[in-house]
Amino acid sequence: MASTTPKSYFWKGIRDSAPFILVAGPFGMLFGVLAAEAGLKLVETMTFTVTVFAGAAQFTALQLMQENAPTLIVLVSALAVNLRVAMYSASMTPYLGAAPLWQRAIAAYFTVDQSYALSIVQFETDTAMTVPQRMAYFAGTNGLIAPVWCLATYVGAVMGARIPESWALDFALPIAFLAMIAPMLRTAAHLAAAITSIVVAILAAGIPFNLGLLVAGFAGMVVGARIELAMTHREATT
Amino acid sequence: MTAAVQQFDQTTLWTVIIGLAVGSFALRFVFIGLVGSRTMPGWLMRHLRYTAVAILPALVTPLVIWPTATGGQPDGPRMAAAAMTLIVGLITKNVIAAILAGAGTLYALLYLVG
Repeated sequence: MASTTPKSYFWKGIRDSAPFILVAGPFGMLFGVLAAEAGLKLVETMTFTVTVFAGAAQFTALQLMQENAPTLIVLVSALAVNLRVAMYSASMTPYLGAAPLWQRAIAAYFTVDQSYALSIVQFETDTAMTVPQRMAYFAGTNGLIAPVWCLATYVGAVMGARIPESWALDFALPIAFLAMIAPMLRTAAHLAAAITSIVVAILAAGIPFNLGLLVAGFAGMVVGARIELAMTHREATT
Repeated sequence: MTAAVQQFDQTTLWTVIIGLAVGSFALRFVFIGLVGSRTMPGWLMRHLRYTAVAILPALVTPLVIWPTATGGQPDGPRMAAAAMTLIVGLITKNVIAAILAGAGTLYALLYLVG
């Protein structure tokens, strides 16, 4: 394994990420379509997707803007949805923290659900990897998916408003998000966080400025963290 | 062109795009870029772990119960589609399978009702 170059790790990253085309392609396209339906011009949609580069946050912002939420609320809510990438960033720091700053800056921009999920598994399993090899693998996990995501957004934005109402695209976002959430509910703490969030979101629906989203999200996080703490204490005592 | 196509105020739109671009990068850079090889406090990591499962359901719940397409009236096909997506996602742990199940349920019920 000593002869393994960073280059071969790059290609391993590309190969491992290939199945995610099935997720990034339709999601990117959906963002393009919904943005066009919301009245965004092609250049606006593409700037949005290329600079922000975070699907869930983009969908959230678009949805809240259509509900005429105040700009500050749109920003805070979408960034709250994106808080999880801060967790990814933190979790990859022990593995990539020793790389040059410019590489870490580029890696930060490309930290998304799939590149994180693939990389962290690879880093944890193959403990002998050097920092350049890890960086090459991480670059590979984005080398294919990032262009696919942008291209799919473009195709969706061009098709855009031509899609008939009978396709019920209004409900594509809830279905896509629910499909993303379900596999994440691995532990009792995750489940409790999600249930708390749903209950509080219903109770807080009347709060103005869409603040209910932030209240419910915060409540869910606190409950998740509390249950995790309780579970680890119980394991420690038995 | 349908009447549904609206145009956002340009200032609002670009404020959101630029703000999100800068904010998203800051969130990703804060640890890997600034913290470097130091360790993170446990309480912070413990809360960050639950952001996705806490915030996404809060976003989706009102859209499922009071859909925009029906003017906020609870809608059987949409509720059933949401439930099916969640159930298939929980059982299979597969995002694509869950999406297909949800979309299939929605189209089938909209066809039967409509």
